[in-house]
Amino acid sequence: MSTNTPYTTIIGLEVHVQLMTRTKLFCGCSTKFGGAPNTQVCPTCLGLPGSLPVMNRQAFDLALRAALALECTIAPFTKWDRKNYFYPDLPKGYQISQFDLPFSSDGFLEVVDPKGAFEPRRVGIVRVHLEEDAGKSMHDDAAGTGDTRIDLNRAGTPLCEIVTQPDLRSPQEARAWLNELKLLLVYLGVSDCNMQEGSLRVDANVNLHIPVPATAGAEARIAKTPIVEIKNMNSFRSVERALTYEAARQWEEWQATKAEMGKTPKQTRGWDDPAGITRAQRHKEESSDYRYFPEPDLVPVTVTAERIQSIRGGMGEPPVSLRKTLASQWQISAYDADVLVNQGRELVDYFEDLATRVGEGKVASNWMQQDVLRILNETNGTVSAFPVRPAGLADLIGRVKKGDFDTSRAREIFAEMVTSGRPVDDVVAGMGISAVSDDDVIALCRELLAANPKIVADVKSGKEQAAAGLIGQAKKKNANVNPGKVRAICLDLIREMG
Amino acid sequence: MQPLEMSAVDLVAALRQGDITAVECATVFLDRIEATNGSINAFLAVDREGALARAADIDARRKAGKPVGPLAGLPVALKDVLCTADMPTTCASKMLAGFRPPYDADVVARLRRADAVFVGKTNMDEFAMGGSNENSAFGPVRNPWDLSRAPGGSSGGSAACVAADMAPVAIGSDTGGSIRQPAGLCGITGLKPTYGRVSRRGLIAFASSLDQIGPMARSAADCALIMETIAGHDPGDSTSLAVDVPRYTDLIDKPLTGVRIGRVPEHFAAGLDPEVAKGVEEAFAVLMAAGATVHDVQLPHAKYGIPTYYLIAPCEASSNLARYDGAHYGHRAEPGKGHRAEAGGQRSAGQAGGFESPLVEMYCRSRAEGFGPEVKRRIMLGTYALSAGYYDAYYAKALRVRRLIRQDYLDAFQTVDLIGGPVSATPAFKLGEKTDDPLAMYLVDLYTVGTNLAGVGGISFPCGFTKSGLPIGFQLQAPPLAEPLLLQAADRFQRLTDWHRRRPQAMEGGKA
Ligand SMILES: [Zn+2]
Repeated sequence: MSTNTPYTTIIGLEVHVQLMTRTKLFCGCSTKFGGAPNTQVCPTCLGLPGSLPVMNRQAFDLALRAALALECTIAPFTKWDRKNYFYPDLPKGYQISQFDLPFSSDGFLEVVDPKGAFEPRRVGIVRVHLEEDAGKSMHDDAAGTGDTRIDLNRAGTPLCEIVTQPDLRSPQEARAWLNELKLLLVYLGVSDCNMQEGSLRVDANVNLHIPVPATAGAEARIAKTPIVEIKNMNSFRSVERALTYEAARQWEEWQATKAEMGKTPKQTRGWDDPAGITRAQRHKEESSDYRYFPEPDLVPVTVTAERIQSIRGGMGEPPVSLRKTLASQWQISAYDADVLVNQGRELVDYFEDLATRVGEGKVASNWMQQDVLRILNETNGTVSAFPVRPAGLADLIGRVKKGDFDTSRAREIFAEMVTSGRPVDDVVAGMGISAVSDDDVIALCRELLAANPKIVADVKSGKEQAAAGLIGQAKKKNANVNPGKVRAICLDLIREMG
Repeated sequence: MQPLEMSAVDLVAALRQGDITAVECATVFLDRIEATNGSINAFLAVDREGALARAADIDARRKAGKPVGPLAGLPVALKDVLCTADMPTTCASKMLAGFRPPYDADVVARLRRADAVFVGKTNMDEFAMGGSNENSAFGPVRNPWDLSRAPGGSSGGSAACVAADMAPVAIGSDTGGSIRQPAGLCGITGLKPTYGRVSRRGLIAFASSLDQIGPMARSAADCALIMETIAGHDPGDSTSLAVDVPRYTDLIDKPLTGVRIGRVPEHFAAGLDPEVAKGVEEAFAVLMAAGATVHDVQLPHAKYGIPTYYLIAPCEASSNLARYDGAHYGHRAEPGKGHRAEAGGQRSAGQAGGFESPLVEMYCRSRAEGFGPEVKRRIMLGTYALSAGYYDAYYAKALRVRRLIRQDYLDAFQTVDLIGGPVSATPAFKLGEKTDDPLAMYLVDLYTVGTNLAGVGGISFPCGFTKSGLPIGFQLQAPPLAEPLLLQAADRFQRLTDWHRRRPQAMEGGKA
């Protein structure tokens, strides 16, 4: 928690993620993003009279995968319910969702900050359930008609709703936890979690717990401000900003009104990103009565232990254990493992390939962190499109280890490999770099020692660092010499002089 | 014998043997519809052109030696609750006036593949809600046996068109008795199959957990023939049963020796018309003469059937009918000034006439204009019963009672093979007689709702006539998937009686 505030911020999140299925939850229409409006629709997702839903088993399996990775308990028997409300992008007048018997509940996901900005936080998951998405309404004010246009391509897309306990204690934690959740779901292949395309949406519930000191008439207690639900946040950064703003706003309001939870209804506020503030929304939504009841057009779903087993089997390693695996298998620091894993599965695959070829995790990890990742960040590139593949980089690292060139020379070569996409030897030839033979280095060193008696004397008197002066001169005479080698040979020669 | 008087089984045979062409057959029935529908109002749409084209195609294929379906050339009328890609589908509601679905219901597709010829769409109570067909937005159907009386409902048009020889077969749907009750009041045979036996895909939903499609025809044998085409698993309906379809027509011709038929004493309590009671008792005697034995059975929770049904069905209906909001299809109220379809828009009570937004105005006015009073009543009942604070007292309790009712049936079927009794407490009542009293109207389903709540099958067929010449219906109910036994018993009864062969005198010559 923030130690410098006179209150504790209590945050719970409600996350909706679109599952990466080819087809919708209850019909065979494509879930592909970006199609022309109303081209990925059929009688079922249009809610035409007489149409019926049929459950997409792949969606259910993906949702099971997410719930298992979130350590949830899977219900052996689950059913569908109708959530009734009227809205133009909801063509049936109800959403097929899960109400009192969600397919999973009671899990957790831990978030650890490698830099220790906050204590490791285990965030409880109240439930994970599956439901269908609505379509999109677009208010067409520009045309001057005030018409609303409806695109139902998204209607019926499978959504997983993940509801957390109010376990988060700061906006930074909330953002970090969301990053961890996204990473997990992307690793699992459950969702692409693309917020721009709406495949991940977050609402946050926040209030403050404020210690109230004892007074003459009352004992010390914790006052709780009314819970506010924040909507319309379109990035994790917005979530952090909105929560920060909202905590400060609630603190001010508390000082002014002393209003506590339960005395006023839960409020919904929308995040206005450009203005950087939350604004109260109309109270209408809270008073909605969704008249949930069991969906009679679908049959209940039973989940067997075998099915859970088979989904667990095909799940792949989640980030939390992959970090540990990398650290122990390749002898790299927890911090380095964290950086690699947080970049996603593809980068980890690249690293493991590289480390295997190089035969040394630490060296491979250093190259990943200092070079590959730096360039990816600078160029905004993806590892899958990175021009230097693990084999090429391993080749370069091998040459450095052999002593063909020093690390800074290798960096220049690497930069050229990235730009040109050509292998080490081509680049080396192109840059006029040629490996210097050991005999040449020895000859050069003898020459330098003869010309620098002062340095030789200093080294002899125990100041080995004086040898650095020789390296600069060596590089001037031959740019391709390996400084480490020059140093080692010079020291050997001085020792031989006795 | 004239085609109009032939059974569906005989017609199919005559068509197959070339005694009559499909075009001739279709023409006979289409002419009959043209002559008669004015006084009966059984059809909301007649597709003369489409039917004749289809019949000509079948004739051509048959002539060319190409394969034709098992029902090739048989005229079939479809209740207007079934989606048809080539005819309007309105549910007898102003809300869907002129609506054309882009697809065929599963049953319609199956009948098409079997080369049935659709003559038109039949009138019904709006969205299948009603027991008299007076709730149609397009005028009531008249009972062919007495044009001043109701045909029953909600499949009143389907029942009346078969009774009046406008089609040898019609397809109906039954949520609380909507096939069996009008079949009983119109003197025809109607089968409500086990829930899930026939796919509901493309059946416009009234109450999803209760709706079931079934055949309405002149005899059990004709119903058996149709069932072979329409029954079967549909992967597009999650509630449809993945159970093989038996050859019903081969199974029905068996004696009833040893078949145990249950009789529920409460069915004969006060309220049952004495003439109906007499007809029903005589039907039991016929079945006994055929070898069956009759035993008293108890359905202890049957008395809760009507209240249970009138909670569950409206609850589901309130949700199923939410889609008719004017936004996407169907009736939309003319937009007011400054119309803007945005729920989150600012209040504009002045220009929107007191509605909280123009969108809400569109919803309210479209639904107010598009739905009739009974549909509104049930939407309100269901909305209320599902509301927070009422759910447990109404809907949840109704579901518990429903389970008890189903258990009653399953228990009873431990000791008997079928349960027999009246379909309705009275013969066909006068048009307008119950329209001012919704509760009295709800009681017309008294003997039929249990079948739907239990999810089992039932059949209704004529077992006599009142002195004034109105048909009396007999109902048999059976355990899940025992349609072959239902059809066998009804067929056996019809081999020993001729009630099902009687034709309404009022209709002779096609005039009232
Ligand atoms: Zn679709």
